[in-house]
Amino acid sequence: MKLQVASQLAIFSILELVAEPGRQMTVADIGAKYGISSNHLAKVMNVLGRAGLVRSVRGAGGGFQFCGNARRITLLDIIDLFEPRLPIDPEAGRPGRRTAEAAALGLVLGEIDDSVRATLGSITIATLRSLSSRQRAKTPAV
Amino acid sequence: MVRPARRADVAAVSAIDAEITGLPKLEHWLELHSRQRRSAAVAGGLFLVAVAAEEPGRVVGFIVGEIRAWEFGSAPCGWVYALSVASGWRLRGVGETLLAAIGAQFRAAGIRKMRTMVARDNLLPMRFFRGEGMMAGPYIQLEKDLE
Ligand SMILES: CC(C)(COP(=O)(O)OP(=O)(O)OC[C@H]1O[C@@H](n2cnc3c(N)ncnc32)[C@H](O)[C@@H]1OP(=O)(O)O)[C@@H](O)C(=O)NCCC(=O)NCCS
Repeated sequence: MKLQVASQLAIFSILELVAEPGRQMTVADIGAKYGISSNHLAKVMNVLGRAGLVRSVRGAGGGFQFCGNARRITLLDIIDLFEPRLPIDPEAGRPGRRTAEAAALGLVLGEIDDSVRATLGSITIATLRSLSSRQRAKTPAV
Repeated sequence: MVRPARRADVAAVSAIDAEITGLPKLEHWLELHSRQRRSAAVAGGLFLVAVAAEEPGRVVGFIVGEIRAWEFGSAPCGWVYALSVASGWRLRGVGETLLAAIGAQFRAAGIRKMRTMVARDNLLPMRFFRGEGMMAGPYIQLEKDLE
């Protein structure tokens, strides 16, 4: 299972912003940690801004601030902003639509899709944050 | 406050369960309670209730666990078999306190792994358990309609 780069950047950016209460960061600050251009990140922040998850703070020391509820926003909520068709519709664009064979294959793929959605839809930003703290203990600091 | 369930609590447990599942099954909970009393695996048992501090005696949530050993080749582990909080008492940390209490009971019995099963499309308990640090385990549950 692979997420689009924009979804990953959105998740990483939010994790950075929630690391401290009220934290403000510029796209340059976030980009420096993940090795991503400010330009690319700015587009991601724009989408998050329109969804009401971050707001931009103007002036000196400005940047972006998280304004959602980290204990309620799930990974699926964020990913849906960037790849709303995930997971793929098993019927769409497949040959043999409406055949029993396609229906059987659809059942199998549907099983995978259901578990993908259940996983991404149940992990909140707060849960991912505690997971990453546990990982930090195991991996070298970045 | 969390304490071992008494026989007199079981009606309230059944009512909380019926509120969620729509299926009253008092007999089932009574039977489970007596079975728990008979097996002395853990002092205090694995059938616990949360009681409202402001209304002593009022059961607002419950949790039931079981220690299962060598099922499917798995080392002994603690199963959370049921966990429910009455609807007016949710989001106040009752579920979390019950899960921590049963976790302590499992640990006291030398168990180091806690498991549960959640319907894939039931995001509320799924979010709750994941928020408590639980992840998907190494098993996949399979089933079949028997004709
Ligand atoms: C799941 C259940 C036991 C949680 O009990 P609870 O007492 O409300 O849970 P808590 O107050 O301890 O919540 C702990 C954390 O779980 C998560 N959580 C609980 N309910 C949530 C909800 N409705 N939406 C999102 N997250 C939720 C939150 O992260 C919460 O922490 P927070 O409130 O600080 O954000 C309860 O909602 C319930 O009985 N549900 C119906 C029965 C059921 O499905 N049982 C499980 C299957 S056996």
